[in-house]
Amino acid sequence: MLGRMEGDYDVVVVGGGPAGLAAAIGARDAGAARVLVVDREDEAGGILLQCIHAGFGLHYFQEELTGPEYAERFVARALDRDIDVVCSAYVSGAGLDSDGTRRVRVMREGHGIRTARSRAMVLAMGCRERTRGAVHIPGTRPAGVLTAGLAQRFVNVMGLLPGRRVAILGSGDIGLIMARRLTLEGCEVVGVFELMPFSNGLTRNVVQCLRDFGIPLHLSTTVVEIHGRDRVEKITVAPVGADLAPDLARRWQVPCDTLLLSIGLVPENELSQALGVELDVVTQGPRVSSTLETSLPGVFACGNVLHVHDLCDYVTEEALLAGRFAGELAGGVKRPRDNIRVVPGDNVRYCVPHTLAPGREHTVYLRCQRPLRPAAIRVGDLVRRKLGFVTPAEMITFRIKPDVLDRFHGEARRIDLLGEPAGAHLAGAEP
Amino acid sequence: MSERYDVVVIGGGVVGAAIARELSRFRLRIALLERQAEVGFGTSKTNSGIIHPGHDTSPATLKGRLVVRGNALYDRLAAELHFGFRRIGQLNVALEPADLEVLQRLKAQGDAKGVPGLELWDRARLRREEPNLSRELWGALHAPSAGVINPYELVFALVESAERNGVALAVDCPVTALAADGDGLAVHTPRGVFRGRFVLNCAGVESDRVAALAGAQTFTITPRKGEEYMLDKRLEGLVRRLVFPVPSPKTKGTLIIPTFDGTIMVGPTAEDVEDRDDVATTARGAAAVFAFVRRLCPSIDPRDAITAFAGLRAVADGNDFVIGPTSVRGFVHVAGIQSPGLTAAPAIAEHVRDLLAAEGLALVAKPDFEPGVRAPARFAHLAPEVQEALAARDPRFARVVCRCELVTEAEIDDAVDHGARTLDGLKFRTRAGMGRCQGGFCTPRAMEILARRLGVPLHAVTKRGGGSWIALPMGAEQEA
Ligand SMILES: Cc1cc2nc3c(=O)[nH]c(=O)nc-3n(C[C@H](O)[C@H](O)[C@H](O)COP(=O)(O)OP(=O)(O)OC[C@H]3O[C@@H](n4cnc5c(N)ncnc54)[C@H](O)[C@@H]3O)c2cc1C
Ligand SMILES: Cc1cc2nc3c(=O)[nH]c(=O)nc-3n(C[C@H](O)[C@H](O)[C@H](O)COP(=O)(O)OP(=O)(O)OC[C@H]3O[C@@H](n4cnc5c(N)ncnc54)[C@H](O)[C@@H]3O)c2cc1C
Repeated sequence: MLGRMEGDYDVVVVGGGPAGLAAAIGARDAGAARVLVVDREDEAGGILLQCIHAGFGLHYFQEELTGPEYAERFVARALDRDIDVVCSAYVSGAGLDSDGTRRVRVMREGHGIRTARSRAMVLAMGCRERTRGAVHIPGTRPAGVLTAGLAQRFVNVMGLLPGRRVAILGSGDIGLIMARRLTLEGCEVVGVFELMPFSNGLTRNVVQCLRDFGIPLHLSTTVVEIHGRDRVEKITVAPVGADLAPDLARRWQVPCDTLLLSIGLVPENELSQALGVELDVVTQGPRVSSTLETSLPGVFACGNVLHVHDLCDYVTEEALLAGRFAGELAGGVKRPRDNIRVVPGDNVRYCVPHTLAPGREHTVYLRCQRPLRPAAIRVGDLVRRKLGFVTPAEMITFRIKPDVLDRFHGEARRIDLLGEPAGAHLAGAEP
Repeated sequence: MSERYDVVVIGGGVVGAAIARELSRFRLRIALLERQAEVGFGTSKTNSGIIHPGHDTSPATLKGRLVVRGNALYDRLAAELHFGFRRIGQLNVALEPADLEVLQRLKAQGDAKGVPGLELWDRARLRREEPNLSRELWGALHAPSAGVINPYELVFALVESAERNGVALAVDCPVTALAADGDGLAVHTPRGVFRGRFVLNCAGVESDRVAALAGAQTFTITPRKGEEYMLDKRLEGLVRRLVFPVPSPKTKGTLIIPTFDGTIMVGPTAEDVEDRDDVATTARGAAAVFAFVRRLCPSIDPRDAITAFAGLRAVADGNDFVIGPTSVRGFVHVAGIQSPGLTAAPAIAEHVRDLLAAEGLALVAKPDFEPGVRAPARFAHLAPEVQEALAARDPRFARVVCRCELVTEAEIDDAVDHGARTLDGLKFRTRAGMGRCQGGFCTPRAMEILARRLGVPLHAVTKRGGGSWIALPMGAEQEA
């Protein structure tokens, strides 16, 4: 029920984005009678609410929805299942009692500060954008330097434009989407500047958001100075060498009044850290077992708080699973612990989950370190599968059948990606 | 508009603010004029925040004398005004054996000036007290009276105290002309003419230009830029005290600064610049800062920098403070207040008070002078039960505006009540936007509250006043 929060719960979910909503549904469907979702925004749906472009649900619903439409379906499903969803409610702390009860402290407008107790907890806080501090751009600190996601909120939620002449640093998906959005709103997008020799966004976004609008994508280029006292007046950009160091001799200036940053996302794990959940230094999300349980028993994680996903559909898929295991645990179901460790091997930046168990099918999500083509995935001498083209911007979803693990005895399993490094400049624009 | 005052103070930095507040103890009509949207947005915001002990400045200079007195005044000031202040002590460390002699000279100079508690430490003591410093250091001079403050909080509190005791504050009020006016001066601004018997030039890096407006330019200012780099929370607790090298004639050197909030900051550089708006940080400056501080503490890494800023010291040609009456009747310089101006400010205020009395200003104490201001609400620092009680009483305490620093709507409202007019004003009063996400989350919320409270549309909210607009209304192109 919308707005109800009372008594104790089987499962409490922190964050009401696509991950949180799907986790709650997964828990309910696994038999948890009382499920609560808490979100700090005024409405559930997470970051989807500001993604008014179409491009969601192609995998999960086999149809193309906007972000709010996709979110709406899950909110409706949650409410149908009598799940409690509270908004404008900020989880400011969480803990485990000595008897194993999980606690969250909820600050909620109009309701004061209350504690909700549960048998299992799902972390689904999503992620935040990296800011100027992460990239050390010398120069002044004027107004007009902001993250692409904040600009998206300005345009899609607040009815504001971030500026008139816009440069974008980083080729993350949000930046690409905003390049198109702002062009449609009558702004001039003067270029996207990407440090790496390949785009950090989905190929389809490079094509549909930049190429179709004639917006230049400058690969292997970065912003080396911001100018302007009160407001951005221009930026200096320069190409970078193989060591990523800018070649200042070849720098040039770009007049603009706005610099959007689309330089990556960071899982939002302050709450997890306060709880004592162990994090992976690469994903910056929790380390999880094949049931998406963190290092703390009864505390699960899914969605962008676990690792940054490319498509929302995979968030949903992962979260339904996390919710299901949380619901089962709350209902007293016990599973044997995992006994196989997944080790990222050649060309693999990370794998999630971190451990597996025999006897079940698993989905392992991984990302490569650089573009490869043709690529193949290899798990020891057990599996070898062709993938075609892979790039760090696109998550690789790898399903492992039970028989593969049943044939395996040992404690660690290494996953490698094989293939030739793909051509530097093509990668971003690969159809 | 034309109003008559006993004293018109030009410049709402720490110096102007401290003087206005000191004079507000007496039956006087006082105006404080600041050209920016808020007070304290000049050099007084962009500095190291150190309350210097004073052993490193010669007693032959005015700044060298005022700094020790200023330092001593800080305990009472902090108790009255509730800005963040802590005496954490300072070390001047010897990077070479020859520096040890300099340390002895500094100690002798400090002892003679009455700097309390100076003590020479040998290498073993230094390693014990600060185990993360370089093992190559030869020894140190410890000055326990050194402190750190949040400088912007000090200025806000001084001005609030001054206003509460009757000082008229005008912001967005640049002084554009000065003219003789009876036995005083007329101060012209876009917001009207302020007539003052005494006019104080506390305009920081602009003080020579303001002097020129009055026809009393006896000095020029060379801005000396200092870049500072804030480091990731990962390094919190790395050093417990301020770490200085031995000073050079031009600067106190590049330092490691455990700020009042715990974050470690490194800097500043010292580079003379021409442009008085040049507060850009540079790749060169960063390289110099990190190369140097790594000699003091090898575990500091340039990649730990999370944000940076630069400030301009107002260096007058004599390299000392310029304080005193001028050939223009009623026009008084309080100019060239370079480092350690923050430390000296309360002492400068006393000094200027006495000087004005000597010039004929009658100082009659007000019996109802109220020295204190209320401590700002800081929800994040309260005990959980207190937080719960507050939230139960006032729903605004249950609405989180800034998630990184846990700032509630009630605190934002409180900051607006106390003069915040811009996003930076909110940030420096409440910390909203200072955390890890650097405003990604709170900017829309803070903009909405500011717009509502100021009765302006969202697009009229600025970062720090002037031309620092944040967003445009949609469809503005067509209108423009
Ligand atoms: C700008 C943008 C464009 C995108 N475009 C596409 C696209 O075209 N197609 C596609 O498939 N995917 C897209 N994605 C990706 C997709 O939106 C995300 O993968 C998905 O939203 C992640 O879901 P989540 O629930 O993990 O996180 P989020 O959607 O971020 O939800 C997390 C929720 O948790 C809440 N929360 C966090 N901490 C707390 C707390 N302490 N207390 C209470 N609540 C809390 C947050 O307010 C938020 O509502 C896009 C993402 C972004 C950012
Ligand atoms: C990098 C750096 C580090 C420092 N570290 C320390 C330290 O650790 N400890 C210490 O004691 N000192 C330090 N200092 C020095 C200290 O910051 C200054 O001495 C002090 O802030 C000067 O205060 P002020 O009020 O004179 O100047 P400001 O703060 O600059 O105030 C002057 C004000 O006048 C206003 N103004 C200018 N022109 C006009 C006009 N025409 N009309 C109206 N208003 C006008 C300006 O807008 C400004 O607000 C440091 C300085 C720098 C640059």
